[in-house]
Amino acid sequence: MTAAAVTAARVPPDTAGRWWRGHRADTLLALVAAPAMVFLFALYLLPVGLLLQQSVEGGSLAPYEKALTDGLYVGVLFDTMLIAAYVSVACLLLGYPVAYFLTAAPAPWPTIGIVFILLPFWTSILVRTYGWMILLGRNGIINRLLLETGLISTPFPMLNNTTGVLIGMTHVLLPYMVFPIYAVMRRVDLGLLSAAEGLGAPGWQIFRRVYFPLTLPGVLAGVTLVYILSIGFFITPALLGGGKVIMIAVLIEMQVRQFLNWSFAAALSAVLLTATLLVYLVLRRLFRSDLQWS
Amino acid sequence: MELSANSRGRRRRRIRPWHIGLYVWCGLVFLFLMAPLIVVFPISFSSSAYLQFPPPGWSLRWYTAFIDDTAWIDATVRSLNVAAATTVLSTVLGTMLAFSIVRGKFLGRSMINQISMLPLIVPVIVYSIAVYGLFAQLQLIGNWQAIVLGHTVHAIPFVLILVGAALRTYDVNFEQAAMSLGASRLTAIRRVTLPQIRPALVSAMFLAFISSFDELVVAMFLGGSNMTLPKKMFDNIINAIDPTIAAVSVLQIVLVTGVLIVVSKIGAGASPTA
Repeated sequence: MTAAAVTAARVPPDTAGRWWRGHRADTLLALVAAPAMVFLFALYLLPVGLLLQQSVEGGSLAPYEKALTDGLYVGVLFDTMLIAAYVSVACLLLGYPVAYFLTAAPAPWPTIGIVFILLPFWTSILVRTYGWMILLGRNGIINRLLLETGLISTPFPMLNNTTGVLIGMTHVLLPYMVFPIYAVMRRVDLGLLSAAEGLGAPGWQIFRRVYFPLTLPGVLAGVTLVYILSIGFFITPALLGGGKVIMIAVLIEMQVRQFLNWSFAAALSAVLLTATLLVYLVLRRLFRSDLQWS
Repeated sequence: MELSANSRGRRRRRIRPWHIGLYVWCGLVFLFLMAPLIVVFPISFSSSAYLQFPPPGWSLRWYTAFIDDTAWIDATVRSLNVAAATTVLSTVLGTMLAFSIVRGKFLGRSMINQISMLPLIVPVIVYSIAVYGLFAQLQLIGNWQAIVLGHTVHAIPFVLILVGAALRTYDVNFEQAAMSLGASRLTAIRRVTLPQIRPALVSAMFLAFISSFDELVVAMFLGGSNMTLPKKMFDNIINAIDPTIAAVSVLQIVLVTGVLIVVSKIGAGASPTA
C-alpha cells in the first residue's frame, strides 16, 4: 500500500485523465459511478437518515434530553469514552515499540512480526473473544498459572468485568494502532538520528526531540482510529463484559431489541455518530493528506 | 542517501541494552496477540465437555459434533453464500467506482469518494439498526440476500481503496496501445487493464469475502432466525460454552491462514505493508 502510494505521487496527476478527454468522457465516467451511488444512497444514506429523523419525531427533543441529562445514560456515555481512552493508551504503549521493531529489527524478524499481527487481525473477533474466555476465566489458564505459582491465593476476576473488556478490545484494536505508526516510521530518515548522535545528543534526547516528533503523525492517526472504533464497539463488551459493562453500542442494541424504543435508540445513535465524526474531522484537520486505515 | 544507508547499517550492528528491553517487550506483545488463537487448538481436541486445561484426554468429538449438527452446517453454508455474493457485488460496484473516481474529473467526484468511505467511519451498530428499521418495514428481515446488501455497503470501501490505488499507478498507455490496435474501450479494459491490476483485485476480493464472512452485527439484525456462522457462534458463546465452538474456531483459523498465504502469493495491498 505504502509503496503504491509513493509511486502514485510520482506519476503526473493528469496521466490518467489524458486518455478520455472532454465532457463526453467525463459524463460517461460519472455514469460508471452511478450504480454504486444509487446502491449507497438507497442502502446507506437513506436508512441512516430515516433513523436520525426518528430521534426528533413529533418535533420533540425529549430523547436527546433523556440521553444527555439522565444520570444513568450520562454514566454510560462517560464509561464509553473512558474505556475508549484506556484502550487507546494501552494500544499506544503496546503498539509503538512493535511498530519500531518492525522497521528496525534484522531480516527475518519484521516479516514474522507482521504475520503475528495479520493472523489475529484476520481471524474472526468471535474466535478471539472465545480464546480470551478460555484464558481469562475464573478457572482459566491465566488464573490457574497464577494460583499454581503462588502469586495469588484467590482467582483474579478478569471476565465479565471492565478488565476483560479492556483486554479484549486492546487485542482487537492493536493492529489499527501499529499500521499507521509503522507506515510513518518507515519514512523517517534514520540519517537524522545519526546526525543528532553525532552532535552529541544522548539517546533519550534523540528519541524525545527527534524521533518521536517525526513519528507523531502516525501516533495521532493511530490513536484517533482506535478511539473512533472503540466508542462504537459492540461485540467485545457484549461478550467479555457479561452484561455488566454497558457501552453505548450495547445500550443502543438493548433499546432496539428489548425495549423497542426507537426514538431513544435513534437519539443515542445521533450522539454516537456526532462524537465519531467530530473526532474524525479533528483528525482530518490535523492531516490534510489521505487518511486511510492502511 | 549513500551516507544514511551506511550509518543505518552501522546502527543496526551495535546492540544496546535498550534493544534487549525492546525485543522482550515486543515478544510479550506478540504472545498477547497470538495467545487467544493458540489456546483454542488444545481445547478443540479435548475429550471433556468442560473448559478444562490441560484437557483430560484427546478426541475429535467436537469436530464430529460440528459436522453432524445441521444447524452449524446450515449457518456455515449460509455464511459462505452471503460472503460469496457480497464479494461479487462489492467487487463489481467498487471497481466501477474506482475507475470513475480515479479517471474522472467531473464535479462532485471527491464527494462521491467521501460518501463511499463513510461506512468505514460510521459505527456498525448505528448502521445496523438503521437498515434493520428500513428492512423491517419492507419485510426483508430473514432473507440472506438482505444480509448481502448490508455487507456490500461495508465491503465497497475496501475495494475502492485497493483497486483505486492500483489504477492510480497503472500506465494508461497500455490501454491506449490496445485501442490503437483496434480494440474497443471495453475490450481494452477487460483484456489489458483488468489483468494488469489483478493482484489488487484479488486482495480486494479477499478483504470483501473475509469482512462479510466474519461480520456479526449487521447479520444479527437482518438475519432474523436465519443465522450466519458468526451469529451461531455468538449465541453459542453467550448461552453454553461447549467446545464445538473451539473446533469451529480452529477451522476458521486454518482457513484464514490458508487464504492469507494464497493472497500473499498472488495478491497485492492486502496487508498494509506490501
